[in-house]
Amino acid sequence: MSRYLAARAVEIAVTLALMSFIVYLLIGLMPGDPIDMMISGDPKMTSADAARLRAVYGIDKPLLERYAAWGVQALQGNFGYSRSFGQPVLDVLGPRLVNTLILEGIAFLVAIAIALPLGIWAAGRPRSTTDYLINLFCFAGISIPTFWLGLLLITLFAVALGWLPAGGMAEKSASLADHLRFLVLPVLTLTIIQIGSYTRFMRGAMIEVLRQDYVRTARAKGLNERHVFWGHAFRNALIPVLTVMALHFGALFSGALITEIVFAWPGMGKAIYQAILDNDYNLALVGLLVATFATIAGNLLADLAYIWVDPRVSITDRS
Amino acid sequence: MSLSQTAASPGALIWRRLLRHRLAQVSLVFLATMIALSLAAPLLADLRGIDPTLTDLPRRLEPPSAHFWLGTDDLGRDLFQRLLNGGRVSMLVGVVGALLSAVLGAIIGVVSGYVGGKTDDLVMRFTDGVISLPTLPLLIVLAAIDPAKVGIPASIAQSETFSLYRIVAIVALTGWTTAARLVRAETLSLKQRDFARAARALGAQPLRIMFRHILPNAAGALVVATTMSAGALTLVESTLSFLGLGIQPPAASWGNMLTGAQELLQTAPMQAVWPGLLIFLTVIAFNFLGDGLQDALDPRSERRT
Repeated sequence: MSRYLAARAVEIAVTLALMSFIVYLLIGLMPGDPIDMMISGDPKMTSADAARLRAVYGIDKPLLERYAAWGVQALQGNFGYSRSFGQPVLDVLGPRLVNTLILEGIAFLVAIAIALPLGIWAAGRPRSTTDYLINLFCFAGISIPTFWLGLLLITLFAVALGWLPAGGMAEKSASLADHLRFLVLPVLTLTIIQIGSYTRFMRGAMIEVLRQDYVRTARAKGLNERHVFWGHAFRNALIPVLTVMALHFGALFSGALITEIVFAWPGMGKAIYQAILDNDYNLALVGLLVATFATIAGNLLADLAYIWVDPRVSITDRS
Repeated sequence: MSLSQTAASPGALIWRRLLRHRLAQVSLVFLATMIALSLAAPLLADLRGIDPTLTDLPRRLEPPSAHFWLGTDDLGRDLFQRLLNGGRVSMLVGVVGALLSAVLGAIIGVVSGYVGGKTDDLVMRFTDGVISLPTLPLLIVLAAIDPAKVGIPASIAQSETFSLYRIVAIVALTGWTTAARLVRAETLSLKQRDFARAARALGAQPLRIMFRHILPNAAGALVVATTMSAGALTLVESTLSFLGLGIQPPAASWGNMLTGAQELLQTAPMQAVWPGLLIFLTVIAFNFLGDGLQDALDPRSERRT
């Protein structure tokens, strides 16, 4: 196990290093550079000043050299300052990471709590009207544009009915009930777009397992249907479903971006988007790396969950 | 009496099975109508005597009438015509993006699977790497890239169609992974089959085996995946355009028509309803069609459930 974990840790480190280079390169391709911003902020600056500043900041150096310098600083825990916030990047991202995890975590749990029973229910009666309706609902959830769903919910619950705030986040000192009021609509949005795929996975896995020989054997030896369904089928069907969900949790990190923007939720996704629009290079770079790390960590969790849930899977089997 | 009257070709069989899938049937009709309408949009505009690019501020946000079928938008342009123009762009990005992804993915997948060994390991590692990237933030960075810095001359970068080409390229860059994995898996099993061995024994070149013998046999799965990804990529396009990073106004796309609609929610909610509804219906139609195709191409799946 420890050897496996060590190998995976190396893999993750290599992926992150590669990713940091790619992102560094891409960010460098965005319009302008930090000195252009200074020029536009100070009309008295001459082009000689700009050239001197570029030399001071090392922007005139080749890409690889600049990246290496950045990497050395990053390894020492120095990720630089955010231009638009005037704070160290990590201080800006820290609280936003917590906000994203709150939003995403709640939505994830709610989605699972609805999707698993729904999928099992549909699998218990394939080709029935219920199954058909659940399938329709799943496809709708997968196909609806997140931002449009958010707009519709705002129109209905915030503008027309006035029950809930249209966006933002409660003051720190506000009561728990107030905090929850701000969470309802973004959580609802994120939940609806997730339910579809989880339900379909659960239904598919369940139907697959119900066709297995050991289920037929269990029925043949006279076990009652409830025992077969829950004791034999459900437990085995849960394994692939858990894996898929852990994978999704990592990907959800970037999927929450739209929801955060529409509902002005001060999370990671919104911070990354704003940083890119504002040419806040450092913030965008580190934000993207954190998002990549979250996705990769989700993949690792998925693999570990697989090993943990299914004793038949051995680590050495992995090619 | 010829044989063709009694025996149906595989294509006809698949077609017949597809039409039995009711949702796929409805989706097909919907998509065909949308595509026909959006292609005929300029013609229709002429017939109705409407210029959809003309801004007419005194007539902004007019309710639906005989002249403006769905009313006007916040700049006084005809909403119906703009929806059709937007649809042309959105569906074009979805379909062309999906086709481009399929071609890219199929080439990568078939070569990787056929060559095998270290190459295959490396390519699949890379594919897994791309899949584990946070898609949306990365797409936003790609969309924000300054064309001048990657050596694209300003004359092209400032042309109207540039944002269209750019977004097709961007969605294809992230969309190829599904097709690559799918085709690779199929190739691994197909290259061991007798017909592939026979071709090898007859001295066929590897490229010929890959593209003449293996790929056509993997086409079914690829068609299903491409149909579904046309829907997914339409969604990606609308999201990027909504964020202001895709198709640039004044050109319409379903996504960028919703950018301004957020401020109009109170006064003119229908401005936000129509484009979103069309995105939703188009994406769901692509998904249903993909689902129907899957059933039609794999008859066993009907008995499976």
